Amino acid sequence: MKARVTVTLKPGVLDPQGKAIEGALKSLGIEGVASVRQGKVFDIELAAKDKKTAEAALKNACEKLLANTVIENYRVEVLG
Amino acid sequence: MKSAVIVFPGINRERDMARALSLVSGREPEMVWHAATALPAGIDLVVLPGGFSYGDYLRCGAIAARAPIMDAVRAHAGKGALVLGICNGFQILCEAGLLPGVLMRNTRLKFICKEVHLRVERSDTPFTRGYNAGDVVRMPVAHGEGNYIADEATIARLEGEGRVLFRYVAPDGSLDPEFNFNGATHAMAGIVNEGGNVMGLMPHPENHVDPAIGPTDGRGLFAGLMEHGSRAA
Repeated sequence: MKARVTVTLKPGVLDPQGKAIEGALKSLGIEGVASVRQGKVFDIELAAKDKKTAEAALKNACEKLLANTVIENYRVEVLG
Repeated sequence: MKSAVIVFPGINRERDMARALSLVSGREPEMVWHAATALPAGIDLVVLPGGFSYGDYLRCGAIAARAPIMDAVRAHAGKGALVLGICNGFQILCEAGLLPGVLMRNTRLKFICKEVHLRVERSDTPFTRGYNAGDVVRMPVAHGEGNYIADEATIARLEGEGRVLFRYVAPDGSLDPEFNFNGATHAMAGIVNEGGNVMGLMPHPENHVDPAIGPTDGRGLFAGLMEHGSRAA
C-alpha cells in the first residue's frame, strides 16, 4: 500500500526558507506569487492491507517522528 | 561529580566537551553510546554535546531525540538530576520534549560560526552559579538552526518564571537586534525546564575553557556545575 504524508509549517510560524524562495521567484519575474511556505513530502510504502490500519500507522509515525507538532501540521493520504 | 557525555552518530563536539569536563572537574566523563539503554551508575550530570546528529536529517535533533538512550536521559531528568544540551544537544532536548519550543533556521538563513556575547540573566541556578547575574561572557557559536521559537504562552512562562539563563547581547550587555544574530525570540540563547535541572544552550562553553586557545569564559558554567555537585553530595 502506498501513502503520502505531507508536513507543513503551522500558520504564523516564521519560515525563512519559504521567504527566500518567495524572493527568488519574484526576482525571476514569476508573476502573482503572494507567498511561499516550504514543507516536506514523504512517500511511504506500507505492508498494511487495509486503509484504516495504514492510516493509523501513519498517524502514529507523524506524531512520533515525521512532524514536530509544536510547529508543524501533517496530512496523511493513503493512495492504495 | 560524575558526568556522562552521550555520543550520537554525527556528533562532533563530544571530545571538546569531555576535555572541558575533565579540565574543570579533574575527572574524565563516561562516554555513552546512543544505543545504550541505561546510564552508568552514579551519574550526576548528563551532557548532550553539539554536532550534526544523523546529518540533521528530517529536523535537527529529531532522530537522536528518539534514540534508545533517551529514555534513560528522560528518567534522569525526571528525578531532578542535571542534563545539559549544547547546540545540537539543545535541539535534541527540544525534540525529545525535555525543553519547550523549537530551534528554527537562523532568520538570515546562514550558518553562523563566530564568537558572540552573552548576558547571564541570573546566577542562582546550577548552570550559572559560576557567574554573576548581569555578567557578559564570550562564547563561540556554530549553527544554522539556533533561532529559538515557542508559542506565546510558553515564551511568557519562560520569561515570567526566570527560565532564560543566557541571552545574545551587544558587547556592553545591552539587548540589540543587531547582536541577536540568529533571530531567537527575545534573544534567548539558553533556557531551562520547569524544574531548573535541564538546560539547553546554543553557544559552546566547552570551547572557551583553555587559556592556551583563548578566552576562558566557558569555565564558569562547568565550575558552577561542579560546585553545585559537591554541595549536593
